[in-house]
Amino acid sequence: MAHTLPAELADQAKRIADLAREEGLEFFDTVFELVDFDQMTQIAAYGGFPQRYPHWRFGMEYERLRKQHTYGLSRIYEMVINNDPCYAYLLADNALVDQKTVIAHVYGHGDFFRNNVWFARTNRKMMDEMANHATRVRRYIDRYGFEEVERFIDLALSVEDLIDPHSVLIRRGDDDQPRTPDDPRVIEHELVRYPAKRYMERFINPPDALEAQRRRLRESHAREKTIEPARPVRDVLLYLIHHAPLEDWQADILAMIREEAYYYAPQAQTKIMNEGWASYWHSTLMTRYCLRDDELITYAEHHAGTMATSPGRLNPYKLGLELFRDIEERWDLGRHGREYEELQDVEARRNWNRDRKRPERVRGKESAGREKIFQVRRIYNDVTFIDEFLTPEFAARQGLYHYRYDPSSGRMTAVTRDFDRIKQQLLFSLGNLGRPYIYVVDGNYANRGELYLAHHHSGVDLQIRYATETLRNIQRIWGRPVHLQARINQENVRFTCDGRQSQHQTVTDDMPRPAHVM
Amino acid sequence: MRIEKDHRRFREIVKGRIREDLRRFLTRGELFGREGSSVISIPVRGIDLPTFRYGENGDAGVGAGRAATGDPVDARGEGIGPGGTEPGRHILEVDVSLDELADILGEELRLPRIQPKGRHSLTTQKDRYSGARQAGPESLRHFKRTFRRALRRQIIMGVYDPDRPRVVFERRDKIYRSWKTVRKPQSNAVIIYMMDVSGSMGDEQKELVRIEAFWIDAWLRRNYEGVESRYIVHDVRAAEVDRHTFFHLREDGGTKISSAFRCAQGLLDLRYAADEWNIYLFHFSDGDNSSESDNRECCRLLREQLLPRINLFGYCQVASAYGSGSFINVLNEHFQADPAVITTRVNGKDDIYDSIRGFFSPGR
Repeated sequence: MAHTLPAELADQAKRIADLAREEGLEFFDTVFELVDFDQMTQIAAYGGFPQRYPHWRFGMEYERLRKQHTYGLSRIYEMVINNDPCYAYLLADNALVDQKTVIAHVYGHGDFFRNNVWFARTNRKMMDEMANHATRVRRYIDRYGFEEVERFIDLALSVEDLIDPHSVLIRRGDDDQPRTPDDPRVIEHELVRYPAKRYMERFINPPDALEAQRRRLRESHAREKTIEPARPVRDVLLYLIHHAPLEDWQADILAMIREEAYYYAPQAQTKIMNEGWASYWHSTLMTRYCLRDDELITYAEHHAGTMATSPGRLNPYKLGLELFRDIEERWDLGRHGREYEELQDVEARRNWNRDRKRPERVRGKESAGREKIFQVRRIYNDVTFIDEFLTPEFAARQGLYHYRYDPSSGRMTAVTRDFDRIKQQLLFSLGNLGRPYIYVVDGNYANRGELYLAHHHSGVDLQIRYATETLRNIQRIWGRPVHLQARINQENVRFTCDGRQSQHQTVTDDMPRPAHVM
Repeated sequence: MRIEKDHRRFREIVKGRIREDLRRFLTRGELFGREGSSVISIPVRGIDLPTFRYGENGDAGVGAGRAATGDPVDARGEGIGPGGTEPGRHILEVDVSLDELADILGEELRLPRIQPKGRHSLTTQKDRYSGARQAGPESLRHFKRTFRRALRRQIIMGVYDPDRPRVVFERRDKIYRSWKTVRKPQSNAVIIYMMDVSGSMGDEQKELVRIEAFWIDAWLRRNYEGVESRYIVHDVRAAEVDRHTFFHLREDGGTKISSAFRCAQGLLDLRYAADEWNIYLFHFSDGDNSSESDNRECCRLLREQLLPRINLFGYCQVASAYGSGSFINVLNEHFQADPAVITTRVNGKDDIYDSIRGFFSPGR
């Protein structure tokens, strides 16, 4: 399908790779493939992978992308796949200068994939894994029928995003092991006993107090054994795989979808950083080394096109690039740390270290700013990146503003340039990839085998229509009735779907309580 | 390509959804805003996969630029409305060609394919320039491809000099366009729309006629190679008008339906010989004809002049503010046994579905 690079481009790719390595980038070997526009659209519709399981949503995405292109709305220049080796696609009819820019950009992504900690646990053989998934789904289709499998994938995709993106790096208790075995020694071990001399023991740890404590612990252990799950579970998908009455093939499909969701999650978690980092590097490598004189105008035009912002939409390329540059400058000029932060005088802040000559950056590694941004690309994700490095000066310089829906005009309207509001809004829309937090709070609600989910409200209500429909899909997976508790207009509402009908009612005290309360 | 399968499946789902909602689409005039285009964008409900997401009060964000506070910033032109409980964003616009739409209509209404009248076995011949070959007249030389071949040959032979780029064709470089003659059976149809524009036909009634005419057009165009549409309006006199006038003309005065029939007859005499054309007449009226004698005249014209040469006479009686007339009863009485005369009543948009089905289910 794709063609390997012609000699001229291959030479360029090698040269740019050498330059990038010299600047300190570390990336997997990168395989470039030259594709035409239609192939590019196809690959993009498949999320970057040439082999995916058959499903109509890829067809829908394909139609959308193709239409966008026909109307001249957007154009896919580049596509990189986090894999070892890294795969990248170049559009065959692009001019050489564009190809060079894209190649440099790709190495930036490659470095980010390899070094950013959020990618540390991603499967680097995802290309093969995706192809395996495709094969397995095809086998299920042969065995159980196309419509049957498609129907189930539709359901599974409805809960695709109910995962716990942080769990790859944190161990959330040991859910796999049996909890609290029936052993008095466990209770003795958990007992709070203050150290005391023997003759004081009776007074410092009175026997009846200890007995009361033992009783409490026994009760709580007994309770813990009956409640399921032991603590609220964010990985709803995993919970379904373990506890829903599924056929083997269904569980396998859910597991595949979950695996793919975890694979894509870090890319969504680091969209701004990843694009910013790649843009920083294509810009640095191109302007410093790779541009020929006659290519300058084309390069500048396309770079500007990529960085363009439109009202009401934040361009992750632009924001990321500018933030990385800002960090680099601040650390070059020492504009960080307590002394600088506490400085109130605007003028003094602005002139801080202005007189100090910036270190000559022949080789980036040697400047403090460079060192800092390499560190940043290693340990941050978008949320922490914005939280830590978005400054009021930066927001003002970039002209950031906060907008919201104005019911009177029916349009999105710029509301304020207040820094705190901007930052809060940005963090909110990045948190949990901009999706609501949903937990399993009871897997055996009211002892009737019903699933109870809860929305952890963080300021914004759920979209009711979507919630109802998603709940219906979850019910089809779970089999028994499913509930969702969510706060709608300041009120706790319980949505219920029992397979025949959906309803909702305000939560009252006489309803049975789920095992955990959000 | 692999994507084609998934894409085909997606289109199937879209069509299925349109079919389910066809009754609703049939009543929507605004679908057909862009007349004359062969593709229509149709809003299709509920095709995306539901997931938990934020609702109305989450419609906020951060932008960058010069906007002053209070400026609208959603210049995206998508017209994003409030989310909330409205089905607004649940909708996907899908492009569907008129032919596909007509097929869906045919399947859903279980309309039989129309058998063109047997006499027209005319075939047309058409030359299509679809191929290329090595020999041919110079006037058909494919310059671009010839040039490319010559350039390639010169580069391979090493005689091409980029500093003095001169490309010289040789005989063997030349590529000529070639054609194939395609024979196509031809079946033509003409639709003559007649409408009563007397005072009792208001805008609402005209909208009904417009929607109905759209679907009649779509279905007949699917069944014939070439379809011509002619438009006649009448009150007590009739005249042929263009499409725009047809749907927008407003007259006062009485109603004499026979005038339209006579006008149609004139048109047929002049231009549409019965052995070359499949002829469809549709008449829209509120059925309030001026006199009993004119009713008789109509029946005579229809029986003697029109019916012998046409495929179908469809009469659609639209309810107006002045109630509904009796012309439909007259027709039913006189032509009950004639399969070429079909009458339907449309009192509101919901009746269009049945009306279309009524007209075309005999498959004429």
